[in-house]
Amino acid sequence: MPMVEVAGKSFEVDEEGYLTNLADWDENIAKYLAQEEKVEMGDDHWEIINFLREYYNEYQIAPAIRVLTKAVAKKLGPDKGNNKYLYELFPYGPAKQACKIAGLPKPTGCI
Amino acid sequence: MAKIEFEVPALAEDSYTEVPAIKPGAMSHLKSFIAPQAPQEFLGYPWDLAPDWKERAIGRMGEHLKKYRGLRVFMDACVHCGACTDKCHYYLGTSDPNNMPVARQELMRKVYRRYFTLGGKIAPWLVGAEDLTKETLDKWYSYYHQCSECRRCSVFCPYGIDTAEITMAGREILNYVGMGQKYSSEILGKVQKIGNNLGLPGPALEDTLLGMEEDMEDETGVPVKIPLDVKGAEVLLVTPSADFFSEPHVESLIGYAKVFHSLGVSWTLSSHASEAGNFGLFNGNYETMRKVAMRIRDAALELGVKRIIVGECGHAWRVAYAFWNTLTGIGYGGDDKFSQMLQKQLDDRYPQPSHICEFTWEHIQNGALKFDKEANDHRIITYHDSCNVARASRMGNMPGGQFIIPRSIIKAVANNFYDMAPDTVFESTFCCGGGGGMLTDDLIEARVKGALPRMNALNDVVQKHDVNFMATICAICKAQFTKVLPFYKFDMSMVGGVHQLVGTAIKLG
Repeated sequence: MPMVEVAGKSFEVDEEGYLTNLADWDENIAKYLAQEEKVEMGDDHWEIINFLREYYNEYQIAPAIRVLTKAVAKKLGPDKGNNKYLYELFPYGPAKQACKIAGLPKPTGCI
Repeated sequence: MAKIEFEVPALAEDSYTEVPAIKPGAMSHLKSFIAPQAPQEFLGYPWDLAPDWKERAIGRMGEHLKKYRGLRVFMDACVHCGACTDKCHYYLGTSDPNNMPVARQELMRKVYRRYFTLGGKIAPWLVGAEDLTKETLDKWYSYYHQCSECRRCSVFCPYGIDTAEITMAGREILNYVGMGQKYSSEILGKVQKIGNNLGLPGPALEDTLLGMEEDMEDETGVPVKIPLDVKGAEVLLVTPSADFFSEPHVESLIGYAKVFHSLGVSWTLSSHASEAGNFGLFNGNYETMRKVAMRIRDAALELGVKRIIVGECGHAWRVAYAFWNTLTGIGYGGDDKFSQMLQKQLDDRYPQPSHICEFTWEHIQNGALKFDKEANDHRIITYHDSCNVARASRMGNMPGGQFIIPRSIIKAVANNFYDMAPDTVFESTFCCGGGGGMLTDDLIEARVKGALPRMNALNDVVQKHDVNFMATICAICKAQFTKVLPFYKFDMSMVGGVHQLVGTAIKLG
């Protein structure tokens, strides 16, 4: 598996660029992963990424889309609590692209 | 990850997808990620080619030929008539001649002739027989993951050769020598360890369902429930885990919940069997398929339900309809203690298992469900027949029920419905392009190109009738179209479930 070095710290990613070890994650790595995905990280992006990590710590899985939109609506307002807004932030899909930047494993299945 | 650049095919002017001139090797670069050690070890397969891989492959092929007589017939029967050549969406979308079903099969057939027929053993050059080489094995890996096991070609084959069986055997042999596919193998691990393909653990599932109940009550003012692990419920609903997780899938789950609520039927999901899908079908290992299916039998026994109903999942319905019976004894014929127990437990007035569409349609017909059809008036709807439902199963008590019932439901809950061109629906339906274990980012090029015939048929009804919604009853189709529609400049939210439409229009009693 490829090794990547960011800000003096080296870490492993899988063939699709997902972080192999969850514990390696830090903000610099997130910025690097976002850059690879051509996502420019703003405050709203960080809100999502932080929520994903919190949820993952509790449930060992990324949140379902409804759970995520609901949490976003609570935090950022009802106009942002929808799928469309999440796709604006993460064009390749919140489930996969946002998870990748958050350092979480890729969700699998019929999604 | 290096992004693969490729050209998205241009849409045709009407529903017809032109048969392209061949471009040899156009898709030979495509190689799905190989499964790593952990999932392969769990499934009992190696994860690297051993020095004796060739002997292992041929030995395994011999076992398949002996055990699955259909495979041997399919190997022998083909006369290369060519009827299948232009029937595969992957050939139509990629122009690669190895994606003509006959040629894809020939990758295995030439090896079969060499090692399993007299002519091929003594005079291989006379009968088109070839040694199994690493090059051929790599082609197997590439092209057996450019087949969605949709079986459209089989409909047109005068001998009824089931290409999916050959793809399945090919993938199983590949697994056996250490070339499993990462996507399918990881999922087969998760479903057995955690209960579903997503790897959604019980507490997360519970939290997700509670959130959905809140949403439904906020929206409708009615406390519609999504029960989990309720012992003594009448119905066990087994549905793809994507229904808990993704858009538009969740909309159908909400639809099922509203149907059960309206009828006052007690029902439950199971955290142990929180997945209808069974990727054992995709990698061709019946023993794995049996283990995955067994979870559902165990859950049904544990919860003491009277009916088992399957949600909107195409290949799950094939496995349930055609394989549960012989795999786990649900239905008829199982004679072990637990099959007998289950047999006594299930209500024999209903088909076991039933499809959610059969259930809903039955209660539309008897007048128990009421709808406000106008609630769907913003939608102009068409219906995409999912391959495994269309060509490998049935619904209801009449031939063709699997085509008629979903359409009848749509017409009962909405006013605007138009079918796509006849040669692209019913048993001639074109695959979404992401079925059979291909719904993974590493195969996106084949998925986009393979969707071309369906996109042409859809575009045709968009142009003629302003269709803005394509309903379907398969989680893979929904996820595939959500991803692929934008490549063809359609809105991703054009796709959704039949029970999404039901959920929109239903009057909650």
